[in-house]
Amino acid sequence: MAKMAAQDWMSGEEEDTQKGKYLTFALGKEVYGIEIRYVTEIIGIQPITEVPEMPDYIRGIINLRGQIVPVMDVRLRFKKEFREYDDRTCVIVIEFDDIAMGLIVDSVEEVLSIPDEDIVSLPEIKQSTNRYIKSVGKVGDEIKLLLDCSKLLTEDEMESLAEIQS
Amino acid sequence: MSAQDNEQMLEMYFFETEQNLEQLETLILSGEKGTGFTEDTLNELFRLMHTIKGSSGMMSYQSLASVAHHLEDLLHYLRERQPASVDYSILSDLVLEGIDLMKVELQKIKNGDQADGDVAPLVKNIKEYLQLLKEQNNAESEAAAALAQPDHTNDFGAEADAVIYKAVVHFAADCAMENMRAYSLVHNLQEAVNILRFFPEDLEADESSEIIQREGFTVYLQSELEPEQIKELFMQTPFLRELEFTVADFGSAEKAADNGAQNQKHNNHTAANNNSVISVSVSKLDKLMDLVGEMVIAESMVVQNPDLNGLELENFEKAARQLHKITSELQDLVMSIRMVPLATTFHKMQRLVRDMSKQLQKDIQLQLIGEQTEVDKNIIEHINDPIMHLIRNAIDHGLETAEEREAQGKPATGSITLEAKNAGSDVLILVKDDGRGLNKDKILERALEHGLLTKAPAEMTEKEIYELIFLPGFSTKDDITEFSGRGVGMDVVANNLKMVGGSVSVSSAPGQGTVFTLRIPLTLAIMDSMNVKVGDCCYTIPIINIKECLRLQHHTLVNDTEGYEMLMVRGECYPIIRLHQHFKIKNAVTDLDKGVLVMVEHDKKSFLLFVDELLGQQEVVVKALPTYIKERHKSKTISGCTLLGDGSISLILDVGGFVQ
Repeated sequence: MAKMAAQDWMSGEEEDTQKGKYLTFALGKEVYGIEIRYVTEIIGIQPITEVPEMPDYIRGIINLRGQIVPVMDVRLRFKKEFREYDDRTCVIVIEFDDIAMGLIVDSVEEVLSIPDEDIVSLPEIKQSTNRYIKSVGKVGDEIKLLLDCSKLLTEDEMESLAEIQS
Repeated sequence: MSAQDNEQMLEMYFFETEQNLEQLETLILSGEKGTGFTEDTLNELFRLMHTIKGSSGMMSYQSLASVAHHLEDLLHYLRERQPASVDYSILSDLVLEGIDLMKVELQKIKNGDQADGDVAPLVKNIKEYLQLLKEQNNAESEAAAALAQPDHTNDFGAEADAVIYKAVVHFAADCAMENMRAYSLVHNLQEAVNILRFFPEDLEADESSEIIQREGFTVYLQSELEPEQIKELFMQTPFLRELEFTVADFGSAEKAADNGAQNQKHNNHTAANNNSVISVSVSKLDKLMDLVGEMVIAESMVVQNPDLNGLELENFEKAARQLHKITSELQDLVMSIRMVPLATTFHKMQRLVRDMSKQLQKDIQLQLIGEQTEVDKNIIEHINDPIMHLIRNAIDHGLETAEEREAQGKPATGSITLEAKNAGSDVLILVKDDGRGLNKDKILERALEHGLLTKAPAEMTEKEIYELIFLPGFSTKDDITEFSGRGVGMDVVANNLKMVGGSVSVSSAPGQGTVFTLRIPLTLAIMDSMNVKVGDCCYTIPIINIKECLRLQHHTLVNDTEGYEMLMVRGECYPIIRLHQHFKIKNAVTDLDKGVLVMVEHDKKSFLLFVDELLGQQEVVVKALPTYIKERHKSKTISGCTLLGDGSISLILDVGGFVQ
């Protein structure tokens, strides 16, 4: 039902109020931000059913009140070290392009308004590390890495190529 | 009226009218089929037509209303006069033609187009037929009867002390269907005032339109309301041109109550139509099913809550049992809502057979068996076209002409049987004809021409040859007819069935006929299955694939040179697939002695799946895998997933995926 509510928002006149708002979460020391309009809900870690023959960062599927949602460990997606799940671990359920996905993150921080002028796009260097990061938001002295949802959910050609080679 | 109200009314109108049309069609077809048109049938036909006319007129769809109106006249005449000699086949043709026309118009309206179909030719035909009937029966024309109405102003009654008003309504010249408008006016007024009498009395007769045009529509009424208020009521009538409103200057009293009661009765009769069924969108049902599923899970979470461990709660247990009973009943009910009998689909075919039989001059009898068999709503939508194609083909290609049949010593009437029956978790639909059967040589020849052969003809079995007709671009009929022969039919049949997880097969005997067998799953949503455990994971195997389950005892284990394990069971050798290896599952039983072997079969190939243990048999609700997963799951060994009682997910194995 929360999902419906979120969809209502998107289509409704409240769309404007979501603009420029980001949900931030932590992976280790870094803080990432994701546009709030993609976020359906945030839940604690759930029992996950493994699905065979999936990339390691797809941990499996969860039952979200009858809806089956795949979950992705964002640490593993970013080729970081795996960290055991604890009671701070959260699943951020996002919906992008009609694909629902649960993102497993270390912890969820807050919802922030970042005005457009405080957002700078990343220079095109070191493609391998910043390809999920669309831009960087400045909040006070802190830096939030803003995620590109579409990159997160679509397979990279380079990646598939690497898989074939290995 | 707000736009939303209007939309709702439109929706209701579509639903009602479509249902009425369908009912009309069924009635006509069954009437034609020997039972004849009894008085009851005629009454029912008339009533349905009347409703369509009324609601179409109300919505200002003139083409629909006028067709219905003229057909209604015709039926009215038949009903009232009950003429002795009637050619009912012409009647059926006319009514069916009218139904078709109305269906087309409805579709136009639905698509947002103007309902601009040309109804004149049909109306003319109907009128001519009615005229013919009248002449034949040499009866006084209705018009004469209606016009010769005696002085109509003094034989009605009223409560003696109340004032009687007289209103004469004139409609705008171009409003058309005056009698219908008058009827709806009366209907509207009845709620507020006591209508004593109106003229012309017989609003259902065609001629009354003319009278109203000429003289206006006269209503005598009594009411507690102020004259101004009553006037106001009249002024709301659409297309009103002029209203004469006076106090009637006589007070003779007779029985008006009768009149009123009769009117009331008639209205109730119309309104009571179809109230017992409502249509609900399937997506709402799906949502309901999801919610009920959640509730079942929530229930087990409450009842098996760890906080309750070690407590003796007699009353709680009682209440919990009651809750469980209700939730499981609810679950069963939700499942059953989706199941729809095949009857509607089957009955549609009667019409097809009738039309084709007339057009092709073939005498055909359609037999329906097992039309009460229930199938999931989603599936029914997909099998309508295939069945239609098969029946068309059977009539067009399969059945011979009457002369040919007689020459072969067969009855002149060709027979087509449409049969449905349950077979496990599948439903079989058989389309049988007793025609000439499939011609093997011709099929081979045609397949060769189109380069569809992959094997030498000599090596092909009879079945393989017959199956060729399901290939795209195959058609053996030399000339294309209106009904079939474009070479797409069989291909579409096979594809449509594949979409719902079904299949089609064919068998045939030369000179004796052809049988097409459609095998469709009962439902896409529920499946009988076995849950098994491997490591910490739970998997679900469809029961239909399972042949037996066995433990390794004194079977002989065979290892081939490539390390594949095989097992001898009753003299047959079966390969073993270890699920934990296949899916790379940790903590699983690896010792063949300790686990269980499940023998599964797919496409006549059997093999053994090695699992830790069996958890039990269960009816599960099949859910599709999320698209993200489906796109990335390449080996196709998992077809979907299901929720277990404790809320956890079990993956459903697709046994066919292991065969490759």
